[in-house]
Amino acid sequence: MSIAVHDITKKFGAFTALDHVSLDFPAGDLIALLGPSGCGKTTLLRIIAGLEYPDEGAVLLGGEDASDRHVRERQVGFVFQHYALFRHMTVFDNIAFGLRVRPRRERPSEAEIRKRVNSLLELVQLGWLADRFPSQLSGGQRQRVALARALAVEPQVLLLDEPFGALDAKVRKELRRWLRRLHEELHITSIFVTHDQDEALEVADRVVLMNKGKVEQIGTPIDVYERPATEFAYSFIGTVNRFEGIVSGGHLNVGSSRIAFDQDGIADGTPAIGYARPHAISIKPLGSDLSLLRARVDRILPFGSVARIELTPAAAPSSAVKHPIVEVEVPRGDLDTFDFRLGQDVGLNVSDLHVFPTDSSVSTP
Amino acid sequence: MAGASQGLLTAGNRRGSRYEINSATRDPAWIKWLVLGLSLSFFVLFLLVPLIAVFVEALRKGWDAYVAAIIEPDALAAIRLTLIAAGIAVPLNLVFGVSAAWAIAKFDFPGKHFLITLIDLPFSVSPVVAGLIYVLVFGSHGWFGPWLSEYDIKIIFAVPGIVLATIFVTFPFIARELIPLMQTQGRDEEEAAIVLGASGWQTFWHVTLPNIKWALIYGVILCNARAMGEFGAVSVVSGHIRGETNTMPLHVEILYNEYQFTAAFAVASLLALLALVTLAIKTYVEWRASREPNEVFEE
Repeated sequence: MSIAVHDITKKFGAFTALDHVSLDFPAGDLIALLGPSGCGKTTLLRIIAGLEYPDEGAVLLGGEDASDRHVRERQVGFVFQHYALFRHMTVFDNIAFGLRVRPRRERPSEAEIRKRVNSLLELVQLGWLADRFPSQLSGGQRQRVALARALAVEPQVLLLDEPFGALDAKVRKELRRWLRRLHEELHITSIFVTHDQDEALEVADRVVLMNKGKVEQIGTPIDVYERPATEFAYSFIGTVNRFEGIVSGGHLNVGSSRIAFDQDGIADGTPAIGYARPHAISIKPLGSDLSLLRARVDRILPFGSVARIELTPAAAPSSAVKHPIVEVEVPRGDLDTFDFRLGQDVGLNVSDLHVFPTDSSVSTP
Repeated sequence: MAGASQGLLTAGNRRGSRYEINSATRDPAWIKWLVLGLSLSFFVLFLLVPLIAVFVEALRKGWDAYVAAIIEPDALAAIRLTLIAAGIAVPLNLVFGVSAAWAIAKFDFPGKHFLITLIDLPFSVSPVVAGLIYVLVFGSHGWFGPWLSEYDIKIIFAVPGIVLATIFVTFPFIARELIPLMQTQGRDEEEAAIVLGASGWQTFWHVTLPNIKWALIYGVILCNARAMGEFGAVSVVSGHIRGETNTMPLHVEILYNEYQFTAAFAVASLLALLALVTLAIKTYVEWRASREPNEVFEE
């Protein structure tokens, strides 16, 4: 079932949690709502579920206005951040709950319920835990029970609120993979909320990046990562280096260096901030080349296939205060071709710079 | 809270033994024995000795005198009235308490803090004042006095007044027991139930009630003990009419004032027995609650 929200606004007292948000998700997608805490992503999810009501705007499920439909009738599955399992019921009874509370004429027979629950337990690979209580399960197991419980009522839409938020890193990674596989099996339109960019980029078909109650960018994970639309998108996703300077003739003047960039429509003389990923910067021997940014090597972290090098830029008057470190990633092998040492002055070649004029940088975190 | 406090208690015990094993945190033996000795002698002096004294005095003139004091008509009437008052006050407070706790824990509304304060009012106000309030409102010279006497409804110096005073005094017990527990449990499970299609009633019956079961029983026990033992407020509104508006505590007082010590202690021993039974049930409930694998403090 497709999900759409139109022009949703939600205020909590003086705080605007959602500010005229409109989104449209096709059926069968797995979507991530990504953003820092307090950006309104959970509120949006709860509004879609019907657990919260918007001040303005409408929620459309399968093309129909569901704004007046009670949460009971929306046919959504909701997985809570802290699982919200019924603590006095066994795993089996938890999963069966949604079927057992149905009105008598819609309720499947007890044998059928048993069959359905068992197959769900199979699906989440927890058949052997059916008689345990939630308090006897690990976090990852609880989360899977919560998911099975949500799936038991055959929802048209699956909503997950920070599904892996309370789990440790290793379990998170496993569950992420597992959720992706599960989605490929079931193809229920699913939205999950997360503040973890890796989670969003790895699992989702599409990522909705939110900040301060507004949508910053919608796109495929690769879009969001490689072509961030806004300054916020740049600084939130991935590691990024920030250079302050003045635009002049297709270059950003940072101190005495001139870094080329490929963007139109920014007038000369505009103060601007440029963003570059660590892998878009290479380290060169220092020469007379003005396009190189002068910097001193602080640390070399040669772990894995990519070496990370931290440097202090020599120039950059005001940025030197706020962002003294430039992070560069080079393939491990390149460390051998140009041998630099700690404390050495080198030149940085920035190959892919995105520039945002400073006066529009209201949303900079 | 029954479960929670029990959980804290066992956690405390565990921590205690750890402190004792570790020489860095171990106190000298004389401190341990001093603290133990002080608290135990207080316990014996102020709790145990009076309790034993009640039964000793009650049986001083033998078993027959004891039984005679209890099956005496006025005593039986007092017992009956006490049971009626508790029998009305406890179920009503059960309903009030659950709904007040529910409202406070699960909803946000203006005046919530005021309501929480108000629930504590019977604890902070002297029971005598509570009784006087009812005399002032329903008494023959009170606000509704003339109107009530016009329709020949007696509240003060009659059973309704005693029931009202008992309800007032015992109001906080159940609500106070439930509010902290329901607040820690939050609304997640109820929300989950509703998303899964449960109706409000199903949610209450299958999700909320099982989660608060032990705290609720605990609150009912305490509420009942207080309802049967209440003296001050009931004394003001009762009028001390023998065989009609005397509850057990009032009956004990009258007998005592008339120097019928054995009879007074005999009826008092029933109240003491009630206290012991209450404690036994309370201990059992706490023990059961701590054995439940799925109590809130394990979360």
